[in-house]
Amino acid sequence: MRGGVASPAPGSSPTGIAPSAPRSRTARSRRRRGGGWAPYGFLLPGFVVYAVFLLYPLGRAVQISLYDWDGLSLATFVGLANYADVVTDPALRDAFAHALVLIFFFSVLPLGIGLVLAALLTRARVRGMAFFRTVVFLPQVIAMVVVAVAWRQIYAPDGQLNTALRAVGLDALTRTWLGDYTLTLPAVGFIGTWVSTGLVTVLLMAGMARIPGELYEAATLDGAGPVRTFLSITVPSVRAEVVVALTLTIIAALKTFDLIYVTTSGGPGTSTTVPSYEVYRRAFELGEVGSAAAVAVVLTALIFLINVGVNRIGERER
Amino acid sequence: MRVSPVERAWNYAILIVFALIALAPVVTILQRALAPETPADAEAGGPLHWENFARAWEQGRFSEYMGNSLQVAVVVVVLATLFSIMAGYAFGAFEFRGSRALFYVFLLGIMVPTEAIVVPLFFDLRAVGLTNTIWAIALPQVAQSVAFGTFWMRSYFRGANRSIIEAARLDGAGHSRVLWQVLVPVARPAVVTLVLLTFMWTWNEFLIPLVMSPNAQLRTAPLGLALFQGQYVQGTTLLAAGAVLVALPMVILYLFLQRHFIQGMLEGAVKD
Repeated sequence: MRGGVASPAPGSSPTGIAPSAPRSRTARSRRRRGGGWAPYGFLLPGFVVYAVFLLYPLGRAVQISLYDWDGLSLATFVGLANYADVVTDPALRDAFAHALVLIFFFSVLPLGIGLVLAALLTRARVRGMAFFRTVVFLPQVIAMVVVAVAWRQIYAPDGQLNTALRAVGLDALTRTWLGDYTLTLPAVGFIGTWVSTGLVTVLLMAGMARIPGELYEAATLDGAGPVRTFLSITVPSVRAEVVVALTLTIIAALKTFDLIYVTTSGGPGTSTTVPSYEVYRRAFELGEVGSAAAVAVVLTALIFLINVGVNRIGERER
Repeated sequence: MRVSPVERAWNYAILIVFALIALAPVVTILQRALAPETPADAEAGGPLHWENFARAWEQGRFSEYMGNSLQVAVVVVVLATLFSIMAGYAFGAFEFRGSRALFYVFLLGIMVPTEAIVVPLFFDLRAVGLTNTIWAIALPQVAQSVAFGTFWMRSYFRGANRSIIEAARLDGAGHSRVLWQVLVPVARPAVVTLVLLTFMWTWNEFLIPLVMSPNAQLRTAPLGLALFQGQYVQGTTLLAAGAVLVALPMVILYLFLQRHFIQGMLEGAVKD
């Protein structure tokens, strides 16, 4: 999935994406005129590549997930056994549990920070906003591998984090951040917070800029303080942006691969393994291709459900 | 709206703190990249050791990897943009039998994660001897980009002024001429943004190149960096220099065209 765009799920949003329902006859006939086979011709090259390199493999993933296959010898049909493993195999269960923890760091935390930050910045009209926007959005364009390499150095035993802790006399807090069974997952998760906070903030700022100033004035006249205005005007007004921000960041959390691959390789032990890393490990390191495909299919289903669910919520408020 | 001086001061403080947090890792890695690699280097030159970049470039074989990345990116950007414009035009300007169903089929592709397609793709492409080629790395990404690009261009063409199309058609222009000589020039901002986003996603992609070149013949820049990290566990200076090299093309492009990037990511996200 490129960029993780929160698009409407099929059948969920008739507004906007689907041809809007009641169209006048003239408009319809105008559209149809001169159509003929031309649209199919324009569609063809894109569709062929799309079908061969995305749709077909997707179908094959579902097929492979029903087999016990090591990628070399003959496959044996096992039905839904690989899917049963997703629920019963502790390693896989852990991977999905870790993904939930990452959702907190990639999604919930940035949303909290972003809401407050965007509210302050939209109200403030301070100078240097363009610079700020550019800077906080920067992590989005840097390859995750580079981000991971940078943070590995920060988290290293003699890295900047421990050096800073020692400098302020907090020696007791220093540790091997990427080698600790309980702290490595939050440490990796925090990298996600660093990456997504800027996106969430800029997204929310765009939404808040559209709130009419009179609403705030009215609230102030009614004697509402900043916290009250924030909770009863700002936050409800950007619900649509909140929904989008959550979709994008939750999906980013669910498909974190390069970050894990470069920072921890799932370790120490299996304390930071995630579903997408399990897909890779099972298919290309352990030779459990069927199991890998099942994890991939479950991951895809999860992403679909989130998209549909979020769009349902987004639709309800209209 | 009026803001008190105290509140203003707080705002600046918060702004600065978050800008610093966002920049800290970037500055950290730049600092590392410019530090002396050996004690001898420290004595030799000035405070900034630019020679690290040349060394990393050479030892990490980044000229080769960046070349591969560029090739893949050119193939993906050119094909995906071309196909997306065409498909977007089909969906945006015509209503044809099955157009709605077909559009949903394309939309599906935006939500399918790479993890789901990469496993079968590897085994099927290996069977036809395509692994370890540019095509195995590029074409799956063309497919993913076409899904998004079609969605993107379609909404643009739907919003395009219909009377322009009508006028051109009345003047006897064929469908291709209407598209390439009338609509696309007007749609240039949308196309530029699409090109930039596609380039960025392709340049930064990790999983597909990792899987599609099992014997490491064809490494793209991010992959080369991951490999470099494995080799030089002790020498973080050159690793940092390599990381800067890999990130630099995107960062430079972003700094020049950041409005397109931010607008594109936000519009792509909130559209509809």
